[in-house]
Amino acid sequence: MSAVLDTHGHGDHEHGDHDHHGHGPTGLMRWITTTNHKDIGTMYLWFSFIMFLVGGVMALVIRAELFQPGLQLVQPEFFNQMTTMHGLIMVFGAIMPAFVGFANWLIPMQIGAPDMAFARMNNWSFWILPFAGALLVLSFFTPGGAPGVGWTLYAPLTIQMGMGMDLTIFAVHLLGMSSIMGSINIVTTILNMRAPGMTLMRMPLFCWTWLITGYLLIATMPVLAGAVTMTLTDRHFGTSFFNAAGGGDPVLYQHIFWFFGHPEVYIIALPAFGVISQVIPAFSRKPLFGYASMVYATSAIAILSFIVWAHHMYVTGLPIGTQLFFMYATILIAVPTGVKVFNWVATMWQGSLTFETPMLFALGFLFLFTLGGFSGLVLALAPVDIQLQETYYVVAHFHYVMVAGALFSAFSGVYFWLPKWTGKMYDETLGKWHFWLSMIFFNMIFFVQHFLGLAGMPRRIPDYNLMFETWNKISSIGAFGFGLTQLLLLYIVLKTIRSGEKAPQMPWEGADSLEWTHLPTPAPHHSFETPPVLK
Amino acid sequence: MSEAVATALGNANRRLLTRLSIVAAIMFGFGFALVPLYDRLCEALGINRLVDKARDTGNTQIDYTRKVVIELDANAHNLPWQFRPLTRHIEVHPGELTTVEYEITNLRNRPVTGQALPSFGPTTAGAHMKKLDCFCFRQQTLGPGETRRMPVVFLIDDKLPSDINTITLSYTFFEVAGKDGPS
Repeated sequence: MSAVLDTHGHGDHEHGDHDHHGHGPTGLMRWITTTNHKDIGTMYLWFSFIMFLVGGVMALVIRAELFQPGLQLVQPEFFNQMTTMHGLIMVFGAIMPAFVGFANWLIPMQIGAPDMAFARMNNWSFWILPFAGALLVLSFFTPGGAPGVGWTLYAPLTIQMGMGMDLTIFAVHLLGMSSIMGSINIVTTILNMRAPGMTLMRMPLFCWTWLITGYLLIATMPVLAGAVTMTLTDRHFGTSFFNAAGGGDPVLYQHIFWFFGHPEVYIIALPAFGVISQVIPAFSRKPLFGYASMVYATSAIAILSFIVWAHHMYVTGLPIGTQLFFMYATILIAVPTGVKVFNWVATMWQGSLTFETPMLFALGFLFLFTLGGFSGLVLALAPVDIQLQETYYVVAHFHYVMVAGALFSAFSGVYFWLPKWTGKMYDETLGKWHFWLSMIFFNMIFFVQHFLGLAGMPRRIPDYNLMFETWNKISSIGAFGFGLTQLLLLYIVLKTIRSGEKAPQMPWEGADSLEWTHLPTPAPHHSFETPPVLK
Repeated sequence: MSEAVATALGNANRRLLTRLSIVAAIMFGFGFALVPLYDRLCEALGINRLVDKARDTGNTQIDYTRKVVIELDANAHNLPWQFRPLTRHIEVHPGELTTVEYEITNLRNRPVTGQALPSFGPTTAGAHMKKLDCFCFRQQTLGPGETRRMPVVFLIDDKLPSDINTITLSYTFFEVAGKDGPS
């Protein structure tokens, strides 16, 4: 076995005793040197939670400044840095690592593999992340501060910024390397390490969504790395890719960025779909409706995501034919996405439903993500988008997709698998409180932002017209409520780990993937060292 | 799992690792390939041309029947620079190549880098002001106490709407923090 896991280095295979893991380094060194997919999954999840809090505090600075018109708390320059860093940290530091954490924990168990294909590389993929996060945070302490250019890092501002920009560019390089290594690992694990009898079309849908996400990451992260590298050479080595004074074109940056940026949306959304596709059948006590169509829909979304990027650029002077092409291609994505939504609803149809916290978050996801999809369709229409671009309507739209979509899905997954990870049950009452408070405060923040956007309030501006005050106040109060509610999640998880009741072997009777049916609860440190026998 | 099967799996994993790494490397190159591709596409579609051949051979005569007043304005945003145009306003004919000068003095006792951003009043006039050279094209670094005169070379094109008789050209210098040496 150890030849397979070429670097699975605890030397425990010779002992033949896998019930405890009291060998190898202990304390901090255990976490630094670990190659165990469960340890690494745990570290990804905690890292993403910490970054979620850091990015959340930045969001609260933004909302505090926007509580009333005029400039009260921060200077416009710092406000711009907050919006930029909030976006970068939430996308690359919180949401993406969270789902990589799920992938690490679950994929080997769900396909009956003993660990990830490249266990040592897995360790590197994780340990690059804290350095990237540190570079991002350090940029605040450079002269001129962190970049205030927006998370999309558009030229020409990125070429004019101070040295904080260089730190951010290197952080993006590191984050990209981590993602690419992680994806290669996941794709290889899924393609080569499945237990005998676990055919591709028998895999849990979470594995399918990650297989496709892995390919998306391998194809698009290098393009982003190229874009920021060009920015770097424009800044310091006299090239003129985006520098108009030297014959370059800032619009070219937007094309390259969104060639990465739109698939990135699905890189975030697809694993979220995967989690939901595990949770809804479990609490409906029915198998997932239309499994094969789910797989094809996921692939269709991934392929289409490569030909829709310019819908972020309707106002850059695209010819009308180009606008029409990207508009229709974007609308086309609603078809496979609709297939998924209808399949989830059909899974619940005539199921014996129960509404524990994971299911509540999954249903919250289903409602709000669909709403975010609809506002996305509105924005896909070129003539409407020309009116709404750079307004709060866009902010509302992508937070419905990123927060109510990806984040709620991650919450759902945490509650669903927490018993499997810790062997203990979380407090159901507190979990329900977490859901309902999140649901109410989320809509308080972002639903009203649709109105602000339709009325024309521009995004990324620290001041606004007096007529926008009421909705902004409601939104800011909601933001602080939502932020405090997330501390409840921290409390619930810590309480579960310290004093949770012992979880039964099958806490969710409808769950049917291998980690539930073939492994004890909590999952042992080393699982499936001999492949499971599948009927 | 036997040793032979394990070795075979290890080899298969490494083969896939190599292939996927090649895909990643190709996509890194693809990002750079988009640069010439973008230029070709713009050329083919006839959009976004910085140098428009059809326009180059067009009528460049000066329209002496029309006068436009250009008012020049200068500001420095939170920057200890004295920044002023040497002429406050100037009358030009559409199509006439004009040079105006601005003077800037760094009052700080260390080098400071700034970037000027232009704005036009009315904003629609901006599209008709063709600048051939401008200090706003690049960042300016001034040594301690240094004074510098900088030109703007421009012409107003003859498509300027006839109801615009006065154009205000305003520049605001912003400090580029973290860049106090030559860049």
